[in-house]
Amino acid sequence: MNVPLEATRLCVRGGAVVDARGERRADVLIEAGRIVAVERTIDPPVGTSVLDASGCVVAPGLVDLHTHLREPGSEDAETIDSGARAAALGGYTAVVAMPNTEPPIDSAAAVRAVLALAAGACAEVAVAGAITVGRAGDQLAPFAEMAALGVRVFTDDGRGVQHAGVMRRALEYARPLGIVLAQHCEDEQLAAGGYMHEGAWSSRLGVPGQPAIAEEAMLARDIALVRLTGSPMHFLHLSSAGSVELVRAARAAGLPVTAEATPHHLSLTDAELCGYDPVFKVNPPLRTSDDVLAVRSGVLDGTIGAIATDHAPHPRESKEEPLDTAPPGMIGLETALAVAYGALCLGGDAGAGPASGSGGEIGAGAPTWLAAPPMRRASLVELFAALSWVPARIAGLDAPARPGFSTTGGHGGPIAPGAVAHLCVFDPTVRWTVSVSRGASRSTNTPFASRDLVGRVRHTLRAGEAVVVDAEPQR
Amino acid sequence: MTRADLLSVADLGREGIVQVLHLADSFAEVSERPMPKVPALRGRTVATVFFEASTRTRLSFEAAAKRLSADTMTFTPATSSLTKGESMRDTVETLDAMGVDAMVVRHASAGAPEQISRWVRAGVVNAGDGQHEHPTQALLDCFTLREALAAREGRAPADDLSGARIAIVGDVRHSRVARSGVLAFRALGAELVLVGPPTLLPPDTASWGVGIAHDLDEVLADVDVVYVLRLQVERIRECLLPSLHEYSARFGLTRDRAARLRPDVLVMHPGPMVRGLEIDAEVASSPRSLVTRQVHNGVAVRMAVLFRLLAREVAS
Repeated sequence: MNVPLEATRLCVRGGAVVDARGERRADVLIEAGRIVAVERTIDPPVGTSVLDASGCVVAPGLVDLHTHLREPGSEDAETIDSGARAAALGGYTAVVAMPNTEPPIDSAAAVRAVLALAAGACAEVAVAGAITVGRAGDQLAPFAEMAALGVRVFTDDGRGVQHAGVMRRALEYARPLGIVLAQHCEDEQLAAGGYMHEGAWSSRLGVPGQPAIAEEAMLARDIALVRLTGSPMHFLHLSSAGSVELVRAARAAGLPVTAEATPHHLSLTDAELCGYDPVFKVNPPLRTSDDVLAVRSGVLDGTIGAIATDHAPHPRESKEEPLDTAPPGMIGLETALAVAYGALCLGGDAGAGPASGSGGEIGAGAPTWLAAPPMRRASLVELFAALSWVPARIAGLDAPARPGFSTTGGHGGPIAPGAVAHLCVFDPTVRWTVSVSRGASRSTNTPFASRDLVGRVRHTLRAGEAVVVDAEPQR
Repeated sequence: MTRADLLSVADLGREGIVQVLHLADSFAEVSERPMPKVPALRGRTVATVFFEASTRTRLSFEAAAKRLSADTMTFTPATSSLTKGESMRDTVETLDAMGVDAMVVRHASAGAPEQISRWVRAGVVNAGDGQHEHPTQALLDCFTLREALAAREGRAPADDLSGARIAIVGDVRHSRVARSGVLAFRALGAELVLVGPPTLLPPDTASWGVGIAHDLDEVLADVDVVYVLRLQVERIRECLLPSLHEYSARFGLTRDRAARLRPDVLVMHPGPMVRGLEIDAEVASSPRSLVTRQVHNGVAVRMAVLFRLLAREVAS
């Protein structure tokens, strides 16, 4: 299939449309970047390009709240261009770029620089600003100046804001600005330099452990600060059963908190570290199968509204360092939808279990979820809610673009006449093997390398432009 | 894996441990000869690749390799290209390209020998990785204990340690010696109890098949072997202990404690010892102490490990 880039009229035919309004069989007609008709069958006018979607799900384009694009500073690992292409291949039409670049995004000038670099990227790149200057944790970054440029999410991600007093003032100052502060929950004193989950596996492997309480203690502190200040807060990459409980209770109490979980925390356990491969080193660390199940249940009941990748590219040589010095992080944009689909809709363990290693006779045993009582499976609407319209709302990417910005806005659906045509066409039946050499990311540190996944993004449309067709990037 | 790498005691299992002990019996006999050398590994090259400083383990491996007539090479990070920014992978691939048959690897990061084993053609022996394992220490401990128990009971050394009750005392959490020791002693049928304050014991050890205790005096009434671990002073700064004095009073093998032990109870320590802290100076040198035998037997056991690693190629 060859869809010319300049095609202004396009029909996505034969799929099942899934958005916040539900699931139904429909064709989608697009003109000049917007959806003009959604009907059971559309006979497109002559001159319309047709994208086949038979057997596929046609959903609003995915929105990633948590992407490390590494530019500026670490362009050997990723650039805005390569990361945005990886995003498009994964079905994303918008990503929120984390501010832990070099230099960090903690000023209006830095925001402008990144937005300028992102102007031609094949997914929309929104910028998150830092909470504190230099992400050093002690002086507030200029929220309002950055917010005036469209920045909606602020975070020191990579580190949590350690000082409770600083976090309190940040929340108070932010309250009237219509922004959301996002926390990387990690009490560094409790984490104590540990770099895998503290538990049976860390004890066996002799690897310094990072206990779940390091995440939960800061989360509990921040929930208390939200109660005090009334400011909304978003919690990044929650990974433990205790964290899910804390957010569940906070939301039940009516506090304005939202949370995300990563595909890897929905699918992998600390047992993966048994061969000491730094590819499985990530922060927060992979935890136990009980935690994986709790995080899944948190997504199922809406406690964790968003699935976000924490796409964290690192060059090969740094992931070949010893486990203690190798940097934490995994790439995830190109596999997120399939991994989340496998974990939530198929109830699987997202591919093969850990490779054999030195687990030995006193190893912590195989993941137990295979023996656990079956969990309710997510519907496609629930899956795409967590990957598209809920994160779009949290990041303010659902709104139409404000004049003067390079962004197009309008992410997360609904798929209805008048909406911007940001679409993800997903084939839920195809089985594929993750190949590190075929990815669009400049880095290869995926934990799913050589594993089989079910379900693959077939086409991605950004504002009506087919940026991915039949799993191939078009630019 | 086709190579007989020794990364963890778990790689050996009971059968492999017994095989090493039997080989070590033969090599111990070699070590007693006036000319303690056999041509078993002539033409083979063994490199000691110690990214973390050590003298006793490195010298012990080098003595073992030389008694087997292997050629030896020594890599130390201070004088290497590591100081110029060369990676661990490039370092070991460079050695591999020179035609090394075995690499004896020590590293401060757990798992480094396993990572290296995925990149090189040479066989890999773990000589201590972070807080993970130190398999040859555990094997020489088994060898020494089996020898001492046999001598105590006036019989030939047995292939298992069934019935022996061993207390491992001290900083188990940070000890690679303890992790390998637990695997090896358990595989040979010994009963184990780990003794220390909760801050120095590893969490979640339910699957280890060992007892846990926090009162050394209660434990000592009922053991055959007291295995004392080294205590590192930085544990105070990390708030894992209030003071060396309190540690010594609660968990040190003091003269008073040793005096209350049954006469046939044995004392072991992997070295280096801090006499007066975790173990009293006189206790460490008393007849019940196996410390010198442990060091002595280390050479024969490491000969067995190197022979087992390289013998298949030698035989062909």
